Amino acid sequence: MTNAPPAAAGSASPLDVTAIRRDFPILRQQVHGTRLVYLDNASTTQKPQTVIDRVARFYLEENANVHRGVHWLSERATDAYEEARATVARFLNARTPQEIVFVRGTTEAVNLVAATYGRTHVGRDDEIVISAMEHHSNIVPWQILCEQAGARLKIIPTTDTGELDLDAYASLLRDCTRIVSVVHVSNVLGTVNPVGEVVRLAHRRGIPVFVDGAQAAAHMPIDVQAIGCDFYACSGHKMFGPTGIGVLYGTSDRLESMPPYQGGGDMIRSVTFEHTAYASAPHRFEAGTPHIAGAVGLAAAIDYLDAIGLDRIAAHEHDLLRAVTDAVARIPGVRIFGTAADKAAVLSFVLEGVHPHDIGTILDREGVAIRAGHHCCQPLMDRLGVPATARASLALYNTVEDIDRLSAALQTARGLFA
Amino acid sequence: MTSDLQALYRDVIVDHNRQPRNFRTLAAGRRAEGFNPLCGDRLTVYVQIENGAIHDVGFQGLGCAIATASASLMTEHVKGKTVADADALFERVQRMVSAPSDAPVDDLGALSALAGVRRFPIRAKCAMLAWQALRAAVADGDGVITTE
Repeated sequence: MTNAPPAAAGSASPLDVTAIRRDFPILRQQVHGTRLVYLDNASTTQKPQTVIDRVARFYLEENANVHRGVHWLSERATDAYEEARATVARFLNARTPQEIVFVRGTTEAVNLVAATYGRTHVGRDDEIVISAMEHHSNIVPWQILCEQAGARLKIIPTTDTGELDLDAYASLLRDCTRIVSVVHVSNVLGTVNPVGEVVRLAHRRGIPVFVDGAQAAAHMPIDVQAIGCDFYACSGHKMFGPTGIGVLYGTSDRLESMPPYQGGGDMIRSVTFEHTAYASAPHRFEAGTPHIAGAVGLAAAIDYLDAIGLDRIAAHEHDLLRAVTDAVARIPGVRIFGTAADKAAVLSFVLEGVHPHDIGTILDREGVAIRAGHHCCQPLMDRLGVPATARASLALYNTVEDIDRLSAALQTARGLFA
Repeated sequence: MTSDLQALYRDVIVDHNRQPRNFRTLAAGRRAEGFNPLCGDRLTVYVQIENGAIHDVGFQGLGCAIATASASLMTEHVKGKTVADADALFERVQRMVSAPSDAPVDDLGALSALAGVRRFPIRAKCAMLAWQALRAAVADGDGVITTE
């Protein structure tokens, strides 16, 4: 790596957020005449200069197709791509890089497993277990599979604090349960689910577990071996990396037993018109030219996070969560959703008399970017009894000043409709 | 607060959001639901047509201030109009909310307050939600229309 280490690297806790903010050029922007306060990190995160530079350097100096050419550039591109795989493997504590499949994002990872593992293991009257707090991306692929196979979707209920009902979960696990798929961190409630326990209960019956780590991977240390899951997925763009690149981790045993996802180049060993022999994992699942620059950029994002330290990032975000919860709870008429004991820096709320969509518009004009809507979790909205919520989601570059700006803008919203 | 916001949330909008007019179902007549999957706004418009004119109209549902106020204003403005005149009004409101923000605003009475959405193009769908539902209800009734 020729990139300079991030400004914040190496210093002792707590985070030097001023230095970190300098790493993110987009945060210097003015929005509607005021400093941008970006609190929509659960949607996507901003990119540090090192990631932007790394992607540019790939196209400037290394661009070629991978796993094909005998020429010098192709070797460099292949090395960069496979090094990125190794970086992701270390980051998630996979056993080998061969357990890492590059995909477009978490959504594609779920679809891949539903289509391949599902096609070969799920049949009529079988059951698939997900939870009531899943993103549409961890609902719909399983629904499609259930329709095709004649299987049933079973839903783990949530408690009023926004946690999984583990007793109910245990009773859902049956001989006909073929897979469990749960979110690690809820994008609406912020709940950090006890995925290790979810896995333990499923594995007692030999049921594999898929964990959707889209909201977890850049906010806390992830150890897939400690969790014990069979599959884990995350998205580069929610980890300060590029869009269009994501990761499916699968244990070697699982991946090797699964048929291909898409057919094409790069996923084969040999092709004749009579028979095609497929490549082994992970290449079996990477048909076509992959998003090489995206993978390389994701590795740069992981290097950036590692240099700062996920433990320190998690501690900073925990402080932010406490501060934003206190600040928003003080505003009259606010109702907060998700009060789990173990929670990430995601705050969903409604404000009496002000629709979340209006909150979003008003905050935007005050320079504060949040998300308003159903957050691709319509079944969870039904469970909460609201059509939509406003959501502030924080990351390592957010500050107490950002939270003050959020509070002030919410008071403006309240004033408008009072 | 910015002038854009003041233009969007005029007093008449805030008032109709807080106290929507004709916020009720109708026992007789047709209905259609408007749904904006982006933000979850969901309104049902009820309409009773007699002799080619809108004899009565009401709405129910949950939406943002723009969607709710627009629905409320709509019910006040189309009640008693012929179906053809209501349709012409739909077109004028549609043109008004999607015009460039510096274009002159038609005098549509209180409905002109909806011109504030011009500086918030994504909110034009909110303003038109109930109107789309009304059009669907008048056309054949019992449908669900979405903004997407």
